[in-house]
Amino acid sequence: MSELRAQLREWRKAVEKRLPPWSSRAMAVSLIAIGIVLPFLFSPSSAFMNATIIAVAYAVMSLGLNVVVGFAGLLDLGYVAFYALGAYSLGWLGSGFFFKAQVHVGVSPVASTLPGVHLNFILILIAAALICAGAGVVIGLPTLRLRGDYIAIVTLAFGEIIAVVAVNGQSVPVGGGMTLTAGNLGISAVDAPYFPGIGSFNLLNLRPWYWLIFAILLVVLFVNLRLRDSRLGRAWIALREDEVAAVSMGIPLVRTKLLAYSIGAAFGGMAGAFFGAYYTTVNATQFQFGFSIFILAMVIIGGLGSIWGAVVGGLALGYINNYLIPDVLNNLPSKFGFNFQLTSVEFGIFGFLLVIMMVLRPQGLIPERRRRLELTAGIAAEDAQLVETQGPAGGPT
Amino acid sequence: MEPVETTTISPTPSPPAVAARPLAAVRRFAGRWGLIAALAALPIYYGITDLTNGYQAGVVAGHAVIHHDLAKLGVNFATGLSNGAIWALIAIGYTLVYGIIELINFAHGDVFMIGSFTSVGLWAVLGLGLTTGALGLIGGLIVTLIIAMIVTGSLNVLIERVAYRPLRSAPKLAALITAVGFSFILQNVGLLWRGGSPQSVPDLIRAQQPVFTIAGVPILRGYILVFAVMIPLVFALTWFINRTRAGRAMRATAQDPEAARLMGINVNATISLTFLLGGMLAGAAGLVYALYETNIWYFQGFKAGLIAFTAAVMGGIGNVRGAVLGGLIIGVIQALTDSRLGPQWTEAVVFGYLIAIMVLRPRGLLGEETREAG
Repeated sequence: MSELRAQLREWRKAVEKRLPPWSSRAMAVSLIAIGIVLPFLFSPSSAFMNATIIAVAYAVMSLGLNVVVGFAGLLDLGYVAFYALGAYSLGWLGSGFFFKAQVHVGVSPVASTLPGVHLNFILILIAAALICAGAGVVIGLPTLRLRGDYIAIVTLAFGEIIAVVAVNGQSVPVGGGMTLTAGNLGISAVDAPYFPGIGSFNLLNLRPWYWLIFAILLVVLFVNLRLRDSRLGRAWIALREDEVAAVSMGIPLVRTKLLAYSIGAAFGGMAGAFFGAYYTTVNATQFQFGFSIFILAMVIIGGLGSIWGAVVGGLALGYINNYLIPDVLNNLPSKFGFNFQLTSVEFGIFGFLLVIMMVLRPQGLIPERRRRLELTAGIAAEDAQLVETQGPAGGPT
Repeated sequence: MEPVETTTISPTPSPPAVAARPLAAVRRFAGRWGLIAALAALPIYYGITDLTNGYQAGVVAGHAVIHHDLAKLGVNFATGLSNGAIWALIAIGYTLVYGIIELINFAHGDVFMIGSFTSVGLWAVLGLGLTTGALGLIGGLIVTLIIAMIVTGSLNVLIERVAYRPLRSAPKLAALITAVGFSFILQNVGLLWRGGSPQSVPDLIRAQQPVFTIAGVPILRGYILVFAVMIPLVFALTWFINRTRAGRAMRATAQDPEAARLMGINVNATISLTFLLGGMLAGAAGLVYALYETNIWYFQGFKAGLIAFTAAVMGGIGNVRGAVLGGLIIGVIQALTDSRLGPQWTEAVVFGYLIAIMVLRPRGLLGEETREAG
């Protein structure tokens, strides 16, 4: 097995050496081009198109969580809080929910006659990112002195508190007979994204939704790639590897950690606002602890800390959750004589995937190079390689 | 009880010396008294409002009866303590496992849920129902207790063997994630077993029937049952940990696994034993919960797990007495918010307390410092 792997690695190196220097750029351009023309291959309101849109939005969330968990090594089990806050940003700023207010900025002619706060979707997206970044700092502050599991618990508690507030928000008055949230009834009739010259989006034609979320993904992806190689990105990785050493090398602990929380949260908020618009309702029942784990599973399955892993993990679980399980395999148990549908045990399936992934391939599908070295430091192939280069005494440290 | 700042190498770069003095003093003060003050705040506040403003004790002939005494607070405490005793049993499982391998066993709450489900299933097998006589009931429940404890204990050992042991040398995040994964698997097992909505089970012991009254506080049968199960188990556990050879091995492994191994202790067997003990207590808690609450749900384990973990952290993780104390305190907080603010806010209050503990005193009430919480 390890010989095969070493062989494959050699072939890969040989292929990479022959490729011209512009090949990676060409690959990126062609991937983006495929992404753009993809919707023309499917009917504009097909189930597959729907699953693709959700999967791309999951990939955005997964990229956001990857900043916190993957880069900075701060296990966040309350990421659903940012989904909720992003979705509520849309509910608050893009619907008639605050019916006493009359604010209209760059919205469709229909929406501009309605009461409530109606902002253009791009403005809402920015607002969602800012609100979530602020919330990220608030959640990050109490965890600064803590490490590891304790951070996980504090973030989990924050996520649950936000979920409870979302459910009970209909009994929290904010003045003028208006309430904070609509609880389990949901803030519905939120504005569809509207752009001058394109018009309002509707659910009969899913293509514009796809291009919108694809554009968001590209922006988030670009920011992520630039961040990873920046001074800040290296500071995150240093903190993840050894906090004490990193701090004694002069990395500002508070600022670096809080930036990780707020940047990760901002991406989650953007995806949350998109989901609010796409599902046309902001309902408190969406914000369950299971969703945090679902997003975490994407990051883990893709490979902690790996940007492309996060994208692949998000897309894979998005398709499994919204296409494979409900549309393709849902009746599988009944074929074996079991009396349940696969959708009812989807979280069990993800739990199973997590366990299997961790036990068999803890580095994920597309592991980050640095983490792969850490995890496989004991494996013979790596050892042999190290022995070759460093002599027999050199071990992985 | 040294303050945190002076005994560990704090990862926080210390602020300039001049500014540090008053800030450190405030932090030390908050660390020592902040949590205790936060815990005492709720009962004291409600006690004072009950005495001064009174509360509505009932309605007689269309008029509200207002009382000015502490009986309502007493009822809250009685409910809270007996609920808390169940959380304490679960919290011990968290604290034992964390003490020995520094892992939050997320699946523990769901092991407790499986304990409830097994117990209710066994009642049907043994033919226990509302018409069973007292002697048969007691005998049947003891058999149920033993079998449920064996089932959940073995389940916990199995989880450790399959999901945690292969990852013992991997980064700690990996084991935590498999724990979460197993929690979801067990939840779905429960979901397939008894469906997605809460099910009521026969009220075998008539848990809500009062036995006697102390100072206006009725003591229900359920309360007595909970403590009759919890107290002997906790004493047996502390005896086991403090007085037996295997218990000494557990303490040694918790202190330093490497050194324990060098002293000839079978570390793997000791860790399995710890999971067995934690799982057995969770099974006992599962039976008591089913008898006391008279309804079971596949999701009960998740909530109970979070609450019990909060209790373990509050008491000081790794400390059995702390877990019991934390469980009882959380139970009282829950009962207070349930009856005063409304049950829909209870979860938020409990988690609010969890965050307050983490900020004010990460090592908990009775705990010692750990590397994580420094």
